[in-house]
Amino acid sequence: MGQHSEKISKSELWGGGGSPFRISYGKQWMWMFLVSDALTFGSLLTAYGFARHSAESWPIGEETFNAMPFLGNGYPLLYVALMTFILIVSSVTMVLAVEAGHRKDKKGVAKWLLLTVVGGVFFVSSQAWEWYHFIHGTHYGSVLTAEGWAVVEYLNGGKDLILKFGKGVIVDGASAQSLFDGATATMQGANLIENEYAPEVPQYANFFFFITGFHGFHVFSGVVFNLIVYINVVRGVYDERGHFEMVEKVGLYWHFVDLVWVFVFTFFYLV
Amino acid sequence: MERDDLIKDHEYSLLANHDEEHGKAIRKKIWQVTLILTIITIVEVSTGAFIKQYYDGIANNFWWIIKWSFIILTLVKAGYIVLVFMHLGDERKNFKWLILGPYLLFIAYLIFICLTEAADYLSPFFDVISP
Repeated sequence: MGQHSEKISKSELWGGGGSPFRISYGKQWMWMFLVSDALTFGSLLTAYGFARHSAESWPIGEETFNAMPFLGNGYPLLYVALMTFILIVSSVTMVLAVEAGHRKDKKGVAKWLLLTVVGGVFFVSSQAWEWYHFIHGTHYGSVLTAEGWAVVEYLNGGKDLILKFGKGVIVDGASAQSLFDGATATMQGANLIENEYAPEVPQYANFFFFITGFHGFHVFSGVVFNLIVYINVVRGVYDERGHFEMVEKVGLYWHFVDLVWVFVFTFFYLV
Repeated sequence: MERDDLIKDHEYSLLANHDEEHGKAIRKKIWQVTLILTIITIVEVSTGAFIKQYYDGIANNFWWIIKWSFIILTLVKAGYIVLVFMHLGDERKNFKWLILGPYLLFIAYLIFICLTEAADYLSPFFDVISP
C-alpha cells in the first residue's frame, strides 16, 4: 500500500512502458467503469431532486417506510437502517478479504469473501421484502376525502380510526370518521401509474422503483461476481498467480455499491 | 502473443502485497472506520426518527439544519468509503484527480442547475415566461 506513493521522476513516470498512475490495467479500468456508473446514479438522484423540488408536496420517508417484517407498522426507518448497516458490514468484510489477499492468506480471503456474499444476499432479500410491502401498500390504503388524500390507519387493535394527511397533519375521532364516510375514492399500494403514499405525485413511486431497483440489480450482480471470485479463491487460482488482485477489483465494485446506497439512503429515506 | 500489460499488472499487484505486521495496522484502521460509519448511521436514523419535518401541518423551521447535517454526514461517510475502503487515498495524486475531477465538475454543476431550475418552476416567475 505504502509503495504507491514512492517518489518517481516525471520523465520516468510518463515515459511509457508502464502505467503513469502506478496502478494495474484491470484496477484502473474498474475505476473508470465506476466513474461512469456513478455518473448514471448521480443523474438519477439529481433527476429525483428536480422532481421533488418542483412538486408541491412530497411524502416523508419515515412515514412511508415504517414497517418491520413480522412486527407491522410504527418503526420509522428502522428496517432501512438495518439494511444500511448490513451493507456497511459486508463492505467491511470485503475490505478484510482484500487485506487477507495482500498477505496471500487464502483461507482468510475465502472466509471474508463468503461472509460478504451472505451480507449481499441478505440485503437483496431485504430489498425484495421492501418492494413487496411497498407494492401491496399499507393494510387500509389511502382515501380521497373532502380535505384531500389521506392514509388510513387504525390504532389500539383496529378500534380507533386515524387519517394521516401528509405534512404531519393527523385527524382522529368523530371528524376522522365523517371524513372517511364521505370519501369519494380509494387507492391501495403502488405501481408505475399511481401510489397511495403520494396520490398527487405518481412519479414518487417511479423514482423509488427505478433508483432502488437499479441499485438492487447492482447488488445482485455484485453478489454473483463475489461468488465467482470466491470459487476461484477456493480452487487456488490466485495462489498460482501470486497475487489476489481479482479480489481487489470485485472489492472496488462492491464498495461502490455500498457508496451508492449511502446516497440513496440519505436522499430517498432521510431528507 | 504475450500481452505486455498483463506483465505490468503482475508487477503492480505484487507491490501491493504486505506482511503480517503491516496487515495488523491496516486491520486496526478498518475497524476504526467501521465504528465511525456505524455511529454516523445510528445518529442519522435517530435524528430522522425523532425530529419531524412537519408538526401538525406546520413546517419545522430548523429542518434545514437537519437536512444539511444529513448531507454533510453522508459526504463524510462517502469519503471514508472511497479513501479507506477503496484505497483511493493510497493511490497517486494524478489518479485521484482522474477519478474525482469529473465529479467536482459535472455532478456539482448538474445538481446546481437542476435544483435552480426546479425551484423556478414553482415560482410565480415561471408562469410569466411560460403561459
